[in-house]
Amino acid sequence: MKLRQYLRLALLPLALLLAAPLAGAQQKLVHEERSQYREVLVYEDAGERCMCFTRECRIGRQSCINLADPQRFALNYTRMALGGLLFATPQAPRRVLILGLGGGTIPTALRKLLPEAQIDVAEIDPAVTRVARDYFGFRQDAKLQVFEMDGRVYVKRAGREGKKYDAVLLDAFDQEYIPEHLLTQEFLGEVKSLLAPGGVVVGNTFSSSKLYDHESTTYASVFGTFFNLKAANRVIVARPDGLPTEAQLRERARQYESALRGFGVDTDAVLALFTTRADWDAKARVLTDQYSPANLLNH
Amino acid sequence: MDGDAAATVRRGALCFAVAFWSGFFVMGVELLGGRLLAPDFGSSIYVWGALITVFMLALSLGYLAGGRWSQHRPSLPRLALLLAAAALTALPVLALSGRVLEDLSIAIPDPRFGSLTAATLLFFVPTFFSGMVSPYCVRLLVDARESSGRRAGQLYFVSTFGSAAGTILTSFYLVLWFEVNMILLGRIGISVALAAFAGLARRVEA
Repeated sequence: MKLRQYLRLALLPLALLLAAPLAGAQQKLVHEERSQYREVLVYEDAGERCMCFTRECRIGRQSCINLADPQRFALNYTRMALGGLLFATPQAPRRVLILGLGGGTIPTALRKLLPEAQIDVAEIDPAVTRVARDYFGFRQDAKLQVFEMDGRVYVKRAGREGKKYDAVLLDAFDQEYIPEHLLTQEFLGEVKSLLAPGGVVVGNTFSSSKLYDHESTTYASVFGTFFNLKAANRVIVARPDGLPTEAQLRERARQYESALRGFGVDTDAVLALFTTRADWDAKARVLTDQYSPANLLNH
Repeated sequence: MDGDAAATVRRGALCFAVAFWSGFFVMGVELLGGRLLAPDFGSSIYVWGALITVFMLALSLGYLAGGRWSQHRPSLPRLALLLAAAALTALPVLALSGRVLEDLSIAIPDPRFGSLTAATLLFFVPTFFSGMVSPYCVRLLVDARESSGRRAGQLYFVSTFGSAAGTILTSFYLVLWFEVNMILLGRIGISVALAAFAGLARRVEA
């Protein structure tokens, strides 16, 4: 091969890249910034403002707010996650840990719903925290703090310091990339050891793909039976001390019914999603620190 | 083809095989290194930065040392020795990850220097030996000044191509089939086997 041929070969991928259609989205791009990890984008569309980590933003919206009523939850998973955190706990949680901030809609809501609670958030990407503040009205105060740290590192450190939480929300996945060390048996075990008696773990995750089976057996291996709430997303609600009965869930839900209505959450609709039915392949290999191809399985 | 020429060809082929496998080995270890560090240090940009820094630094110093060592009675068995050394000094990686990394992350809580120390401890020595392979191979392959650039080019090609193959195979397939330690152990085993073959092949000739 001549040098020119080599060059042509080398330039081909570049040409393809440039020729790729610059897909025009209907949504209005309000803000974009490139962080150390990803692009953080803010789009507005049909009265909603959303945080996205990918262009176009059709799937995998991280957080959305309704511009006319910012407190109102725009995404279904946030309703399910809130249901898990509030209904499955035996009483109002006083210490809450959230891994993954996004637009901060859940911690902001919890701050209002649980004015006495201490809420800690671990978010690895300072750009996400900044955009949450500037575009989603997220505010930190003495009772709501963000730690700029990898979630796994935060959990390990909190465990060593003897911290305990009444509720932990795992919300660090996005459609494009799963931090694989946050979906292993060892990690969930570390989260479990952070729980105070009656404490609850809520995981926001995916409802499709081969990963579903593996994720299910991994959670089951650590927590036993758990509630599995499914809509477009999947929300797992686990309580190692034993799951609450339906009556207990209903009782707890009633206490928040009117408050949640202000957030656009229909308590009954969320309650109806709670089920312990195991609809996965129980033989799927458990994910561990040694075996965690979560991204390869998530297709 | 007379005996001498045949031996030269065989030696060249073995050199290329060792260089390819060495490249394959290094990148696989680097990728899996990220996984081994993640439970204690996370997978922040600092951890990957630390890991890549250590690998590049170890390789660069290895190149220097490999070139230097090639001036003293260069031979195929000695090249094989380098390959075996890189593999065997990677063995502690299997044992050290876990408890030791956790203690280290407690001792050095800063995510940058903690992961830098951990990566140095686990990966510096085997990567250093891997770096020695390429310049040593160049010495064994070059027989004339005119062809030296061409030989070096071929060698870079083979070893970097090996790195590419090691990267894609590990990240797309191997992690789906095997545990991290199994993949590492498999690589170490192949390195030792190839080293034995290359070392012994020379002895049979002599």
